[in-house]
Amino acid sequence: MVTLRINGKSHRVDVPPDMPLLWVLRDVLGMNGTKFGCGVALCGACTVHLDGIPRRSCVMPVSAAVGHSITTIEAIGATPIGKKVQQAWLDLEVVQCGYCQSGQIMAAAALLAKIPAPTDTDIDQGLSGNICRCGTYLRIREAIKRAAQTTTAQGGG
Amino acid sequence: MYRPSRREILVAGAAAGGGLLLGWQVDARPRVLAKHVQATPPAFAPNAFIRIGRDGRVTLIVAQVEMGQGTFTSMPMLLAEELEVGLDQVRVENAPPDEKLYAIPGLGFQVTGASISVRALYEPLRRAGATARTMLVAAAAQTWNVDPASCQAHRGVVTHTPTGRKLAYGALADKAAKLPVPAPVTLKDPKDFKLIGTPAKRLDTPAKVNGTAQFGIDVRLPGMKIATVVASPVLGGKLVSVDDSKAKAIKGVRQIVRLKDAVAVVADHMWAAKEGLRALAIRWDDGPNGTVTTADVVKGLAAAAQTQGAVARNEGDAPAAIAGSSRKLESVYEAPFLIHAALEPINCTVHVHPDHCEVWTGSQVLGRVQAAAAKVTGLPLEKVEVHNHYLGGAFGRRLEFDYVPQAVRIAQQVEGPVKVIWTREEDTRHDVYRPYYYDRIAAALNASGQPIAWTHRIVGPSIVARWAPPAFKNGIDPDAVDGAAEMLYDIPAIRVEYVRHEEPVLNTGFWRGVGVTHNAWVIESFIDELAAAAKQDPVAYRRALLGKSPRARAVLDLAAKAAGWGERLPEGRGRGVSLMYSAWDTYLAQVAEVEVSKAGEVRVHRVVCAVDCGTVVNPDTVKAQIQGGVIFGISGALWGEVTLKNGRVQQSNYHDVRVMRINEAPAIEVHLVGNREKPGGMGEPGTAVTAPAIANAVFAATGKRIRKLPLERQLRSV
Repeated sequence: MVTLRINGKSHRVDVPPDMPLLWVLRDVLGMNGTKFGCGVALCGACTVHLDGIPRRSCVMPVSAAVGHSITTIEAIGATPIGKKVQQAWLDLEVVQCGYCQSGQIMAAAALLAKIPAPTDTDIDQGLSGNICRCGTYLRIREAIKRAAQTTTAQGGG
Repeated sequence: MYRPSRREILVAGAAAGGGLLLGWQVDARPRVLAKHVQATPPAFAPNAFIRIGRDGRVTLIVAQVEMGQGTFTSMPMLLAEELEVGLDQVRVENAPPDEKLYAIPGLGFQVTGASISVRALYEPLRRAGATARTMLVAAAAQTWNVDPASCQAHRGVVTHTPTGRKLAYGALADKAAKLPVPAPVTLKDPKDFKLIGTPAKRLDTPAKVNGTAQFGIDVRLPGMKIATVVASPVLGGKLVSVDDSKAKAIKGVRQIVRLKDAVAVVADHMWAAKEGLRALAIRWDDGPNGTVTTADVVKGLAAAAQTQGAVARNEGDAPAAIAGSSRKLESVYEAPFLIHAALEPINCTVHVHPDHCEVWTGSQVLGRVQAAAAKVTGLPLEKVEVHNHYLGGAFGRRLEFDYVPQAVRIAQQVEGPVKVIWTREEDTRHDVYRPYYYDRIAAALNASGQPIAWTHRIVGPSIVARWAPPAFKNGIDPDAVDGAAEMLYDIPAIRVEYVRHEEPVLNTGFWRGVGVTHNAWVIESFIDELAAAAKQDPVAYRRALLGKSPRARAVLDLAAKAAGWGERLPEGRGRGVSLMYSAWDTYLAQVAEVEVSKAGEVRVHRVVCAVDCGTVVNPDTVKAQIQGGVIFGISGALWGEVTLKNGRVQQSNYHDVRVMRINEAPAIEVHLVGNREKPGGMGEPGTAVTAPAIANAVFAATGKRIRKLPLERQLRSV
């Protein structure tokens, strides 16, 4: 039994300690917003925040998440930055198939929390681990800048 | 396969629970959904439902599946435009599988692909909306005993203009349902469109930014198990034996399922299933393909290329003109196997009950999924229920349903529902790949360098012969020659041939544009070769051959101008142009600007597209499809290839299946030519036009003409 703190709530789960957080979220807790893409941290679809830092949940043993605050796509909209990122995604109509977008949004929110006004290079570095096979990259970049503008304009969010 | 009937009729009647139900059927036989309907002529092409409840709720049922292309919004736009409701007033539902009710006109089955949805349904869905609106207006006019022409519909309300009296659609639904279906209805004049042509917000987006959108992989059912599977790594191979003792010892592993050519581990969760799979010791019999390499496939294609093909186009005597010419060029182009690599791995959830079967998945061909499950279980079609979901990318991969019978066979051995998820490695090794194509192309030039004869022989397997047999006629696969048979350049003698050559060592299928993606690359590269041989500018050379194609010439001019064609570029950079036209009925020109490093790495800096796809339903969606299609095309052109060794696909995950990432994405400009021509397809052209523009830009930058993809591998080897 391990206790996880996810989106502000405690969950006790009976899983092997080496089980990746991704499958605990999806198959044990039924939180399906975090996606499985590659299983080896190559695509970023499974990105969650651990104490605000973006992490690939498909390679993170659940034991490594114990004692940390986990945030997933289901709750990122409750943070001021997450909400602005989601709004920018809607305003600029970023999404196509949408499968990677949970991961993209989590990566973008983490980037903006660290760098409120990211340059193109910052965006490249922060998001290059997230594959979008539909090719929404141009709009992702613009949406991050849009979210950054609204965030900085309103005092850092 | 179902063949579409010409007797397409419109039916209308009372929906269960009251209200107006309009359905479009392909034939007159009574059906479950049309039980209470009164059939009346005349013919309309089928595809959609409109439901209006007494409570005024308007539900639009979309038979096209959403895989990122925006159809879940563009189809309702067509309906809502003529129905006179706002998109904010409707609920959109996915249609169940029904090969007749929801068949694409002219194809005869229910499918989302081939850039066809807007092309095929632009008029039928508007007629559907207009018919419903006409009946609602008639019901209101009858209620008030006034002339329907004095009434107007707007946002779900009919108003009697002279008196200002109003009735909402909900209040009119019962009455409208009893009215006869009007004979030909008048469609709006495009100048009166309120929705069509506007960048309407996509209806599927909100759920896709907060994690609530349901993809096939997100299905959760009471008592559901999770399984993952490994199939024979060689096509045609069989399972010999499996030692599952270690797998069974893993906590959470419930069951090992053996199929003829695969093994699945059924578990409480995916982690146990994956660990279980890793712990299996499997022996395969590779069968006849166990030693095959890519080179063997190419050898077969090259030999087939020496034979005459079926003639797809023949004007003048091109072979004789080339044979007799003193100025001729001949080239061979090779396009590799390509993978889809959609981000949502293949998955399918199945619950086999004693007397029925349920399937949950994301598919471009719902009717085929249903039929496949019925075949495996032996159940009648109506005992198989298919629940479709959003598709986490498809690009043609989910036009195949190979994973459905496999999942059903696994589920037959499992108590309760089971979700079968392929690992990324399994998804990579068991894709249905874009075929390897081998093209021989030749031309003769006159004294001023203009082509006077052109021959193009396309060699590859036929996807259509397998996938839609009636469309394979006289030895011609219409998809394999798409874009080549329609080539617009005005050349006095043209011969296009197709040699069908099957190499059954790898399953091959549609890949975002398939035939055109390879033909556009071959044609546009070769035209560039001719321009170079004639020492002429590539844009001017093309332009001179487009006298009979003003729309093509217009997009070429627009792209060249917007891209600053002819302006100086820094050392190491080059611009390339390409032009595409095909059965999709869309004209697209592209100028790409690339930089090639000494090590042969290609950086695409800027891509400019000019598109004429006729009437545009949603300009923002069109732009998104081009932006995404270009990126998909660059990934394929620079890095895309699947290779075989010992009958096995050598790639396995995104480390050796390289796809473009944000830090590599170029600036992309899209210029739309607005006109009222009939709509062209937009899902695939952006991909098809890209590889040749990049390859031509590489030539401009380096002087190297690459006739075999992927580009970067060739640049390193030449």
